Amino acid sequence: MTASMQSSVGNPADEKRGMNLTLRIWRQKDPSVKGKMVTYKVTDISPDMSFLEMLDVLNEQLILQGDDPVAFDHDCREGICGMCGLMINGQAHGPQQTTTCQLHMRSFSDGDSIDIEPWRASPFPVIKDLAVDRRAFDRIIQAGGYISVPTGTAPEAHATPVPKADADAAFDAATCIGCGACVAACPNASSMLFTAAKVTHLGLLPQGQPERNDRVVNMIAQQDREGFGGCTNIGECSAACPKGISMETISRLNHDLLGALRAGARPKS
Amino acid sequence: MPLDLFSVGDPIADTKAPTDVPIGERWSERQFRGRLVNPANRRKLTIIVVGTGLAGGSAAATLGEAGYKVKSFWYQDSPRRAHSVAAQGGINAAKNYRNDGDSVHRLFYDTVKGGDFRARENNVHRLAEVSVNIIDQCVAQGVPFAREYGGLLDNRSFGGTQVSRTFYARGQTGQQLLYGAYQALERQIAAGNVEQNARTEMLDLIIVDGRARGIVARDLVTGEISTHFADAVVIASGGYSNVFYLSTNAKGSNTTAIWRAHKRGAYFANPCYTQIHPTCIPVKGDYQSKLTLMSESLRNDGRVWVPKERGDTRDPREIPESERDYYLERIYPSFGNLVPRDIASRQAKNVCDEGRGVGPGGLGVYLDFAEAIERMGRPAVEAKYGNLFDMYAQITGEDPYATPMRIYPAVHYTMGGLWVDYDLQSTIPGMFVIGEANFSDHGANRLGASALMQGLADGYFVLPSTISSYLADGPFDKVDDSHPAAVEAVQGVQEQVQKLLSINGTRTPASFHREVGQLMWDYCGMERTDEGLRKAIDRIQEIRKEFWTNLKVTGDWHSFNQTLEHAGRVADFIELAELMCIDALHRRESCGGHFRAESQTPEGEALRDDENFAYVAAWEWTPEGQPPVLHKEDLVYEYVHLAQRSYK
Repeated sequence: MTASMQSSVGNPADEKRGMNLTLRIWRQKDPSVKGKMVTYKVTDISPDMSFLEMLDVLNEQLILQGDDPVAFDHDCREGICGMCGLMINGQAHGPQQTTTCQLHMRSFSDGDSIDIEPWRASPFPVIKDLAVDRRAFDRIIQAGGYISVPTGTAPEAHATPVPKADADAAFDAATCIGCGACVAACPNASSMLFTAAKVTHLGLLPQGQPERNDRVVNMIAQQDREGFGGCTNIGECSAACPKGISMETISRLNHDLLGALRAGARPKS
Repeated sequence: MPLDLFSVGDPIADTKAPTDVPIGERWSERQFRGRLVNPANRRKLTIIVVGTGLAGGSAAATLGEAGYKVKSFWYQDSPRRAHSVAAQGGINAAKNYRNDGDSVHRLFYDTVKGGDFRARENNVHRLAEVSVNIIDQCVAQGVPFAREYGGLLDNRSFGGTQVSRTFYARGQTGQQLLYGAYQALERQIAAGNVEQNARTEMLDLIIVDGRARGIVARDLVTGEISTHFADAVVIASGGYSNVFYLSTNAKGSNTTAIWRAHKRGAYFANPCYTQIHPTCIPVKGDYQSKLTLMSESLRNDGRVWVPKERGDTRDPREIPESERDYYLERIYPSFGNLVPRDIASRQAKNVCDEGRGVGPGGLGVYLDFAEAIERMGRPAVEAKYGNLFDMYAQITGEDPYATPMRIYPAVHYTMGGLWVDYDLQSTIPGMFVIGEANFSDHGANRLGASALMQGLADGYFVLPSTISSYLADGPFDKVDDSHPAAVEAVQGVQEQVQKLLSINGTRTPASFHREVGQLMWDYCGMERTDEGLRKAIDRIQEIRKEFWTNLKVTGDWHSFNQTLEHAGRVADFIELAELMCIDALHRRESCGGHFRAESQTPEGEALRDDENFAYVAAWEWTPEGQPPVLHKEDLVYEYVHLAQRSYK
């Protein structure tokens, strides 16, 4: 629920129309050159705009001026695809615990200055401006974030009941959208919350048991190979997570990892 | 009909479904009659799959598991972003776990009827048969469906059906199903069976000796234009709702892959069949970039109304009961607020057209929970609809517990798409089309929880089986970059990209997109007229001319250039928009989500015309300056009797 929620009807923009803002945006042509913060002004920004719509307005202006518009990733704009993600005034996805596309300009005030930067983590190299390469996450999934069940081999869906509490907890972990805010928010640039969410999702289900030990050791080994930092239980990840993935998933991962190593599981080289 | 806008060609027919056996045996019979590829030979065969949503992701994974060499393409950074991820409601399957009389035949029947008798019986029956396997597959993958306390799967009734056959994962069913397919796909990538091409967009199809043999694609990061070859090409690039600019689709969702394949010879079927969802959050301003859908389950307890008087701008809470018009309850006393999607949408438009709409621009109606809160208590409403109310509050800044929500219809699915036969093969041999990108299973109106079912049916079960019949003739002669067909296709793509960059006019791609989108919404949306569609066609032709003379795209082609990407997609949307209007113009009947003003009952309800329009309209592209050619596929109903829908 938004802090500034208004109970009035009609067009709330009428009451708070036309914010003028100063934007300081990270501009970087490509990974080979150094980037820098560049200042832009936008005027008459409606508080009902989403943050990305505000950037659309800026980009339309830039194109018409013949300037290069600001590159940023986005797609569904309804908070579920995980494609968008900006550091806004130093916070992953900005001042609210939601995705950047669901942040609205009513969270800001006329005259504000806003810093906008890409996710900062060496495993997420900048592609251009605010867009980064998050394929490291896919490679962590490739290392074991699945259940091996070729199409057509599945038993009848009701053959294995799953206690509702387990199914619900698995679902909570499975809601991770892979946006990378956890990594961006973490002082160590650790991907532990992302990995733990998948380990928890699959580890809680009976279907996920046969590969449970191998999954955790291989996914951890891959996130180390990608260069993500270690987890020191700071908790910024969970605080920034738009889906509220809990720190308990990390406890579960550690528990699983210990069990797997004791059982002799070792990562594939 | 005016022959200047289109011409009529030879009829077309699906020749693959074995209609000599009863409908319940046709799918297994087709599989039996089809040819197989020996497992040892599969690794010699390459298949391109474009798109990684439910259809493309599941197909690429399954083909990889089967031993084919697969090349997978997607425009986002990760296959997990495909817009299937946003589907909320659920997935139908004829499991009959509720013992409420459901069966494959009933799901088949409901889907044919729900499609307003414009879908193929054979395809729909197969869909219903395969539906049960999908649930088994997804559960085994770890999809966390909602469960009962006994540990078994929960079901709900969805979209007005009388049985509970919808499986769901809270309001995020599409996300969870997609992640199942995504994880299966990543497993195949890790195994080396699937080659990954992230942030790569298909821009043309390469046809050699009459067969689809590859694609031209652009790497969106480096700008590099490259060719990719295979023995077959599968297009799973989704729907084209973004032709309306504002829709519930992702910003990147586009028609480019199917449109360019269409221009290479694939027929486009029923392009005007789009679905408009009644419960979306209304437009706020000119800057609006997309629309957000809220589950239509809200209509189970919310009451829809507008003020009786035009231009009544009072706070809704101050409008007394006697001055409100609960128009759905008034017009449809037996169904009330639960009338089907198309009717709820059209009546909302009607009251807004009368000047009784509410909110900015008068484009909204109230969805009021005051009565439900009084009846059930706020905690019960919160438990049932809390996440939807939160989403509404987040986007609008209003408190839906205190004041009625405002809703308005929005485009969210396209039933039309490339024409395919029972094997899901297009009119171009070797090019298959699956999921929302094809036209096959939903007729003129898609039922709730059927899109996910179709995407996964096509990708996991149907295509991997039917494609072997085609590939049994392969591998085909090796083709490379030097082949004239490849050279010509690459050159065409390069020329277009350079042209887009060189116009240097005064309008952005988004401004053209908005303009054509608004035109489509006004004239090819919920209600269509002969006059309006003709006006739209004229205007689209003008917009197209202006686009190619007054567009402004900054930057260059050999780098990450999102404006250039958008420009290419808008160019295709403009061409598609014209074909959609021609299709809508020629279909002088109301059916499914399409109300044609000239075809209505004395009470003002939709009037279908089975005598003249019980066919699939498959359009053939013709070179510049010539009108498209219409090929009709007659629809035959052997098992479900044609009947007019009534909700009064």
